Amino acid sequence: MVLVVAETLDGKIKNSSFETVYYGSKLAEMLGSSCTALILGPCSDGGRLGSFGAKEVLQVEDQALNSFDSQVHTKVVTQIAKEQGAKVVIVADSSNGKSILGRLSIALKAGPVRGANKLPELKDGKLNFQRPVFSGKAIATCRVNTEIAVISLMGNSLKPQNTGAEVAVKAINVEIPASKTKVVKVERSVGIVPLPEAQIVVSAGRGMKDPSNWGIVEDLAAVLGATTACSRPVADSGWRPHHEHVGQTGIAIRPNLYIAIGISGAIQHLAGVNSSKVIVVINKDPEAPFFKAADYGVCGDLFEIVPKFTEALKKFKSSHH
Amino acid sequence: MKILVAISQTPETTARIAFKNEGTIFDTNGVNFIMNPYDEWYALVRALELKEQKGGSVTVIHCGPPANEVIIRKALAIGADDAVRINMEPLSAHAIATQIAAYAKDQSFDVIFTGKETIDYNESLVGGMVAELLDLPFISHVSKLVYNDAVASVTRDIEGGEEEIEVTGPYVVSAAKGLAEQRIPNMRGIMSAKTKPLQVITPVPEESTADYIHFQVPAAKSSVKMIDPNDMDELVRLLHEEAKVI
Repeated sequence: MVLVVAETLDGKIKNSSFETVYYGSKLAEMLGSSCTALILGPCSDGGRLGSFGAKEVLQVEDQALNSFDSQVHTKVVTQIAKEQGAKVVIVADSSNGKSILGRLSIALKAGPVRGANKLPELKDGKLNFQRPVFSGKAIATCRVNTEIAVISLMGNSLKPQNTGAEVAVKAINVEIPASKTKVVKVERSVGIVPLPEAQIVVSAGRGMKDPSNWGIVEDLAAVLGATTACSRPVADSGWRPHHEHVGQTGIAIRPNLYIAIGISGAIQHLAGVNSSKVIVVINKDPEAPFFKAADYGVCGDLFEIVPKFTEALKKFKSSHH
Repeated sequence: MKILVAISQTPETTARIAFKNEGTIFDTNGVNFIMNPYDEWYALVRALELKEQKGGSVTVIHCGPPANEVIIRKALAIGADDAVRINMEPLSAHAIATQIAAYAKDQSFDVIFTGKETIDYNESLVGGMVAELLDLPFISHVSKLVYNDAVASVTRDIEGGEEEIEVTGPYVVSAAKGLAEQRIPNMRGIMSAKTKPLQVITPVPEESTADYIHFQVPAAKSSVKMIDPNDMDELVRLLHEEAKVI
């Protein structure tokens, strides 16, 4: 069977987990087996995972699992994966998923694939997964040689379909080892979709000339429900916080729509964003390398174009709702 | 404090990425190699800062062939005390983690650093694997690490925020941006690096769990569609009707 570790936030299933579970169910279909979702810690709406393809939803309700500890979570997942006879274990390609992926691969003697971006091929009895490498500049095929595979699923790899009915959540008990770490503080910006999970990202660079000009970027992001980002020079000069930096040494993202404003498109920046489905580039320099990587380009003064774009979107949104 | 820093060699960030032998091997022709930025700028420098504050030693470990000693000497020039090279072609995260864990097992390091990922394979796997092999706590994507007496306060990046974690006893961390500021080796460092100890070790046996069998460069985008800057309604229309993203 295929075991999917579903993530929660504030006691509710995270939206990204619907995709992970849906992927797990498709993979299970391919292997002629079934998909089981696993929830660690308190959660009130785990049954919803059934609608996205989980035949069974297991939950270890223990409060101790509410705080993330890679060592403890690995031991719990390993124990359940072994009991259930999991052949594939899937985690999200998130901060927590990446923290346990390597550990799980050792604990389960399983070949790891970080950031699979589509369903694998089954060749000669072995699973071949594709994943981006070289910060998105290439795609690699990774063959898992072991009986068990552990993979993290890159977000936005496939569109989850709500196909079935909810299922009853089955509470299970496992031995939870003592943690050697203590989470003392968790801080999250409220009301903003984190960059790795954002469907639309509005990003700006040095062409903005001054941090005080960011209002037009935020207005555009607001009308699109987008998350804002920036290029490395902007983060390095302190114009915007570091956690907004996308690119090779910042966050790699793959939203449906990436809008780059006043960013020339250095190779290091492109590496972190070129997996975006659609790229719009707004730049005054017709020679900006970013235009070569773009689907749509607008050449001109961003201080005129961006507000016009925002107005056009407002008009569109009001006529389509 | 006794600190181990795992360093890796990667193509430089501007390298042209191409493959040979029918897409099975990375084409190193004309590629310059560097120390993986996350290992050099953040992991190594924070390790050195901790040593400067609390005393002890910083050892760097690298899995690679003799030619890779350039990056090891650079780590020594930046300030590491000694180095270990496992003489091998590093073919997978599992192969590397196996060697690092085998070396570190009896050495009682207080902290083991890796970078959050290498900029070539972007796997983010080695740190967690080493921690699991040694049964140690592992905190990934760490952007801050300070000590209050014997307790390490470690801040890690999470989606849309950060998490602060306390840990006592030995642990493994992977370093992200913000953990330290890059250091450029000075002439004295470069000179002294030449005589610092560099131990070469034969790898322990390891069985590969996953292999890269093929690589391809994604197809270039078809040419960009330029939009009249005075007609943003057209851009909106295309994003809605053609690209279907709004």
